[in-house]
Amino acid sequence: MIRIRDLTKRYGPLTVLDRFALDVRPGEAVALWGPNGAGKTTVVRCILGLVDYEGTIEIDGLDARTRGKAVRNRIGYVAQELSFYDDMAVTDVLDYSAALRGVPTDRVRELIGSFRLDEHRSKRVAELSGGLKQRLALAAALLSDPPVLLLDEPTSNLDAHSREEAIELFEGLRLQGRTILLTTHHMEEMGMLVDRVVAMEDGRIVTECAPGELAERLGLKVWLHVTLRGGHNTRALEALETAGFTARANAAGILVEVSAQRKGQALNALHRAGLEIEDLEVWT
Amino acid sequence: MTTEALPRNGRSLDLPERAQRSSVAAIARKELRDAIHSRWFWMWTAAFAGLAAVLAIAALPGSRIAGSASYGRTAASLVTLTQIIIPLMGLTLGAQTIAFQRESGALRFLLSHPVNRTEAFWGLYLGTSAALTAASFAGFGAAGILTALRSGSGEAGSFVRITLLAWALLLAMVGLGMLISTLARRAAAALGSAVFVWLLLVFLGDLGLMGTAVATRLSVSALFFSTVANPVEAFRLAALASFADSFDILGPAGTYAADALGSALVPVIVTILLVWVAVPVSIAWFRFRTRQDL
Repeated sequence: MIRIRDLTKRYGPLTVLDRFALDVRPGEAVALWGPNGAGKTTVVRCILGLVDYEGTIEIDGLDARTRGKAVRNRIGYVAQELSFYDDMAVTDVLDYSAALRGVPTDRVRELIGSFRLDEHRSKRVAELSGGLKQRLALAAALLSDPPVLLLDEPTSNLDAHSREEAIELFEGLRLQGRTILLTTHHMEEMGMLVDRVVAMEDGRIVTECAPGELAERLGLKVWLHVTLRGGHNTRALEALETAGFTARANAAGILVEVSAQRKGQALNALHRAGLEIEDLEVWT
Repeated sequence: MTTEALPRNGRSLDLPERAQRSSVAAIARKELRDAIHSRWFWMWTAAFAGLAAVLAIAALPGSRIAGSASYGRTAASLVTLTQIIIPLMGLTLGAQTIAFQRESGALRFLLSHPVNRTEAFWGLYLGTSAALTAASFAGFGAAGILTALRSGSGEAGSFVRITLLAWALLLAMVGLGMLISTLARRAAAALGSAVFVWLLLVFLGDLGLMGTAVATRLSVSALFFSTVANPVEAFRLAALASFADSFDILGPAGTYAADALGSALVPVIVTILLVWVAVPVSIAWFRFRTRQDL
């Protein structure tokens, strides 16, 4: 459904995408994962024709450069946040998007119902919470019932509750068999949303794998901040160092560096030393 | 919430011809609607209509404010008001159109739809122009109605010609503003540049030309054509010509122009104004189509 070959994008002397290649099968959900500046959003902008590029991009067999309008009619795009039509009412945003897509207004009413936006239909976008804005953006993206969804950091500006709700929505769309390409730098949500992760750095693909394998492949580390009942930080540091972990104490507890996929091992080491964990946070 | 209510409905993904035709209209309608809902629209409309009405009342015969005056005084006052306010409105709002939408992300949202850049550009231009046309026509309408009520409709033709010339000036300024908007990297820079261009066209250009003429002993013909190359001056001359009997009020350059060009003078000036309507907006369109970072 999505076929990208030799995609290169330069801004002056800076190469932000370097011979990037990707195939996404129909119905597959793929995440572009990487730090800020890795080139994830630039891939999305190239697909949408917002920037020119070298190489080829095909969506549903159509060349994105020469058949841009037809390609965009097959794509629903959700940006980080719908923050730019603050003065428009919910229904006005959807009516406008429907007019641009040549979609009848019946479809707007259908989507307002499906996305539980009925009671918010007259509200201005500025009055909506982050989660509601994301629902609205997704409803707009689905107006023409596109087979491909491009989601650019779709949960990055959401609070925990809204993020959970958005993930549930995206899972539903994935189960419908839509092809999904999303960009993210959150590792924890990818397992629920995608079949495959493409890790990027400096405009290049570093690795491709199943979401559960990414941390291991990249050797990613996280910090566990552990608070122990009754203190005992010195004993905890000894137990962790004996088990091969790097750890240090701070005012509130101890910090342990662990592999992102092996967090339980450090907790087991503390448990074996007879220490009771009162609280735990993961710092990435 | 689930998305079970959103099955793929199997509709054709080939864009309906109707949608292709109506994209420009949809974008223009949205721009117009946004303008009508915004504070600046009503602020400009009220300021222009209010000032035009005050000028019309002050310049009319029998007015206690200005004493005896003629329709020519109303028209001259309106021309002066127009040459200051219309360029400011057109340049600043034209400059905001693309630059602000690019900075807010609205342009990316728009262009993520099955809309090409040409449709987006002309939709934005037509919508902005329509909103400003409504604002300026409200001003001329207020002045026209007051003038007609107090002194009859004998000069209606002349008044309509001035209104149309002001409209051409407005379209030229919106196009120039949009050119600034497509060239600027930041919205604030676009707005600042628009204000600078306004100062240049309305005040500094005239002063600079006078200074240059004195310093370089510019010939009368060069002075005339340098003057009318400025769209604001072209508007002023064409508008004055629509109600004044002679160009004497413009000094030697006006006398020269009347002698050299005769009856072709007004068509030449209007053509220059129309070139200003067409050229900046065309360059802006080209720049918008080819700009990399939208």
